Amino acid sequence: MTEFAEIWTYLSTDPLLWLTLTLAAYGAGDALFKASGRKPIVNPVLIAVAFLAVLLQITGTSYATYFAGAQFVHFMLGPATVALAIPLYANLNHIKKAALPMIAALFAGSLAAMFSAVGIGAALGLDTDILLALIPKSATAPVALGVSEAIGGSPSLTAVFVITTGITGAIIATPLLNLLGISDWRARGFAVGVASHGIGTARAFQVNETAGAFSGVGMGLNALLTALIAPIIAGWLLG
Amino acid sequence: MIIHLATLLAFQLLGEVTSRGLGLPLPGPVIGMALLFISCVIWPRLAKTIAPTTTVLLAHLSLLFVPAGVGVVGHLDKFGSDGAALGVAIIGSTVVAITVGALTFVGLRKLTGASHD
Repeated sequence: MTEFAEIWTYLSTDPLLWLTLTLAAYGAGDALFKASGRKPIVNPVLIAVAFLAVLLQITGTSYATYFAGAQFVHFMLGPATVALAIPLYANLNHIKKAALPMIAALFAGSLAAMFSAVGIGAALGLDTDILLALIPKSATAPVALGVSEAIGGSPSLTAVFVITTGITGAIIATPLLNLLGISDWRARGFAVGVASHGIGTARAFQVNETAGAFSGVGMGLNALLTALIAPIIAGWLLG
Repeated sequence: MIIHLATLLAFQLLGEVTSRGLGLPLPGPVIGMALLFISCVIWPRLAKTIAPTTTVLLAHLSLLFVPAGVGVVGHLDKFGSDGAALGVAIIGSTVVAITVGALTFVGLRKLTGASHD
């Protein structure tokens, strides 16, 4: 009979194990989310990430080994982003009618995200290099990382801020928007997409299809605006 | 299903080539999304054809962020002594951004007399 250690040696370096565990962890997180009556705080991404991180720690597995398996899931982010065009197209009439509110909300939400992050951070005494990495945190990851590098921030630090911002947005959006008394799915979704990119958009799709579509638009437009405006804010910070 | 997936990948590829070729500040998939959207406006049948696949893909969009999220955990020590300040900055600015964005949207909608639907 083969020793367990021997089987583990094989499994722990094989993509199959970590791919399977990624899907299983998310499946468990999603089941908990549904069992909780869809409470936003029971966020499936957060549960899966926490579970897998602990598992990697316990088994002494490196992230590189984990990612060799999980990359197949990660890769699907690209086509999924492209796929956002379909709900966008399905909501074309809604979008045409709301063009002006969308543009205004894009500028207001995007600038509020960047200035409030830098403002709060500076008030709490964070260093300039950390503030630089904070500026693009509401943009979708590939844009945020590129922007961070261009303005002299640390891309790996920005990656942490982007994911944290996304999960924060996904958790607080529903209670916050209910508190504000905003019932328009377009306004709700759009604001969430601008503030918390794809993770916020994923959450918006769980709540309402129209909110999801508008969130996707908000994410795409904010990627563009962040790339244009972050360098200006960085210039002020350094100047 | 396979053809639908190939369509999405083809648009991503087109977006990637456009982004790099023209030196645009947007990532390939975001440009691919814009190109697919324009294509759907020109050929409405395209949207109807691939919708079953995109609906499935987008229903599980959250799952796709898990691998990147796990990577972040290893870097949480970077928060270091700044952890509390960073937490306040990130949570605070996300609250501010969602609030300002949503209120602006609703405010402008009322101002322009657009319908609430």
